[in-house]
Amino acid sequence: MGVKLLLEHDKVEGIRYYDAYRKHGGYRAAEKAFKMSPADIVEEVKKSGLRGRGGAGFPTGMKWSFLAKPEGVPRHLVCNADESEPGTFKDRYLMEFHPHLFIEGLLISSFALGSNATYVYIRGEYAWIPDILEQAIAEAKHNGWLGKNILGSGFDCEIYVHRGAGAYICGEETALIESLEGKRGNPRMKPPFPAIQGVWMRPTVVNNVETIAAVVPIINIGGDEYAKIGVGKSTGTKLLSVCGNVKNQGVYEIDMTISVEEFIYSDEYCGGIPNGKKLKACIPGGSSVPIIPANLLLKTAKGETRYMNYESLSDGGFATGSMMGSGGFIVLNEDQCVVRHTMTLARFYNHESCGQCSPCREGTGWMYKILKNIEYGKGKMSDVDLLWDIQRRIEGNTICPLGDAAAWPVAAAIRHFRDEFEWHIKNPEESQTRNYGLAHYADPIHVPATA
Amino acid sequence: MSDQAPKFKVTIDNISIEVPAGTTILNAARMIGGEVTPPAMCYYSKLKDSGGKCRTCLVEVSKGSEKDPRPMPKLVASCRTTVMDGMEVKNITSEKVVDARKGVVEFLLLNHPLDCPVCDQAGECDLQNLSYEHGNEATRYEFKRRTFEKEDIGPYISLHMTRCIMCFRCVYTADQLTERREHGILERGDHAQISTMLSKSLDNEFIGNVIDVCPVGALTDKTFRFKNRVWFTKPVDAHRDCPKCTGKVRLWMRGEEVFRVTARKDQWGEVEEFICNDCRFHKKETKDWVIEGPSMIARSSVIAQGHYAGNVGTKASPVLIDKVIGKDPKFLLDIHTISDVNKPEVHLSQINGPAHSDDFSKK
Repeated sequence: MGVKLLLEHDKVEGIRYYDAYRKHGGYRAAEKAFKMSPADIVEEVKKSGLRGRGGAGFPTGMKWSFLAKPEGVPRHLVCNADESEPGTFKDRYLMEFHPHLFIEGLLISSFALGSNATYVYIRGEYAWIPDILEQAIAEAKHNGWLGKNILGSGFDCEIYVHRGAGAYICGEETALIESLEGKRGNPRMKPPFPAIQGVWMRPTVVNNVETIAAVVPIINIGGDEYAKIGVGKSTGTKLLSVCGNVKNQGVYEIDMTISVEEFIYSDEYCGGIPNGKKLKACIPGGSSVPIIPANLLLKTAKGETRYMNYESLSDGGFATGSMMGSGGFIVLNEDQCVVRHTMTLARFYNHESCGQCSPCREGTGWMYKILKNIEYGKGKMSDVDLLWDIQRRIEGNTICPLGDAAAWPVAAAIRHFRDEFEWHIKNPEESQTRNYGLAHYADPIHVPATA
Repeated sequence: MSDQAPKFKVTIDNISIEVPAGTTILNAARMIGGEVTPPAMCYYSKLKDSGGKCRTCLVEVSKGSEKDPRPMPKLVASCRTTVMDGMEVKNITSEKVVDARKGVVEFLLLNHPLDCPVCDQAGECDLQNLSYEHGNEATRYEFKRRTFEKEDIGPYISLHMTRCIMCFRCVYTADQLTERREHGILERGDHAQISTMLSKSLDNEFIGNVIDVCPVGALTDKTFRFKNRVWFTKPVDAHRDCPKCTGKVRLWMRGEEVFRVTARKDQWGEVEEFICNDCRFHKKETKDWVIEGPSMIARSSVIAQGHYAGNVGTKASPVLIDKVIGKDPKFLLDIHTISDVNKPEVHLSQINGPAHSDDFSKK
């Protein structure tokens, strides 16, 4: 049983409400934080080694210290709750079942950053969650945790919940800021970064829901203690949302020390693949990160065991590794077709591209059309190379990371599953009636012996 | 100027220049001029916040600055990246940039209808020039091109959304130049479109300028529609006393007839001074104008061909043809050997006023 920090009281009845939360140690961290100076809180978060849980894994303490603090200009904390990545639903779980943990995190972070007006930009499709959050905010306010002069510290803080209108692109921090300002959700050009000019051109920090929530245990146990959990630069605990072909889908908290194999097959977590099927592939961090076949998932290219943490999952770079991403763990068994899967993702990115810059606007649609041809038995051998060429010219050449996110899944699918694409093209009729199957994707990888 | 603003030294394609702090890489490159200047389809120096969208001006920053010499990890949009002291930029000397630009041109042309033979913009189209210089000879796109239903946006401007490359220039123009904004983007992704929101016609006094800022034929002049090809008309600088704008315009004439009125454009294809609708659409007679003389034509490929002596900026280089067909052009026939009317030694800009067939007569 690993360490639980965020979901420690997951089984407590009524933890969603203030009374139960307070009884189980809730708002203790806030009490502690208000006795510290904002700079000390930032220092504590820095010491904890907490990394952004939204996908990029940027150290949170460093991000906070970049925040510009000009005289007389208000600063803002914006929480990115626009969790739209296919496969990721950890933030929903936190907000739905632990709203007070989240609000406590927001309160401490707002105090540390000096944000008197804090915004939660919540995904439009999470239609029922704003009500839960607003109820929790009202409870917190009623008990003196929000509003004017909190705990007699002289610090005022209000939290506003802002509903998005259903665009994936608004999960990108600058697009989120534009949308929050009431404009069309197009990503901004960087620089200037939000830390200098964010919402209404004021210094802004945009953090993920889980990152904010993780601030609570950091204050509770101290940054140094928090950093002891986990391995290397992957400190603390991470929420993973598991979906796909596993026995127990759901949200799990791990302390980043267990191996991928244990995570998939142990009964404590995913519980293995149902119906005696075999593991074929996995996307370990949400739809945007590279898909990797079973053999590379369980062992790195060097033949070492792969662990569930930032470093180990990205071991081998994009050639043989993947990314921790936002923690949307998608498992595919031998019955799944990687071509179809890639097509579905390409369709998603085509639909969600904002249309601002050329490579992403035109390239995503092109990739989807080619993948559709291949999937429905109308592909040509040259299409595979063409796809590779298109993704290569999208990646890195766009304003925001959506272009990269659209290019990586296609690139990884071709890199690791080229046989399956070629089989689809060579057997246009057979590919419509059966799947390519597991093939050699779980075979042990030959590791060259080192002298 | 040089006393207040610190000067930064920047090296673009091994050519160094000192520019004031805060200059973008693109503008620094424009100061150098010539081939090191990245092409720009969406950036417009006169429009605030424009740029960064088309990605044709991507460059490689091989050295960030003197203080922090690390190269930038990705190619950057030169129109929106400011120079740092000691920055080293690679444009045409970087293979990555040339390749990426080729990709961008392909993407831009992907859904472009290529109806140049019936497009009024042909001959002065930035996308034509760009694809000629940086594009492939053929597309690899095998699908049906995206089309839009045509929207009528009033009596003077024709919107042809299928040709649009989403540079957003017209949106910024409508936003920053006219008092009311009724011009924006609908939808997103590859079906995003420019629209005037509920098809309101644009009756602002300066809205005609969206025609000039449009790099392609998406916004064209309805009063000039199908009347002539731009390369058959002669650009002439003229002015009039206009109560709304400066009245400094460029007339496109054939004989004594004024076919079209546009703003004057500089060597980067940008409008020098925006003109009002009255000058653009209603003053179509020679007597309305005081003619100053033939215009200095800059880059526009077709109009600038050969006979205008007053080319400013980059010279039309024969190497361009090399890039497309991979070899020197081969003359099949020298038209002047058999033509009775053509006089190759006559420079059009030396003729006072629009050319007439008498000017070429060999008699």
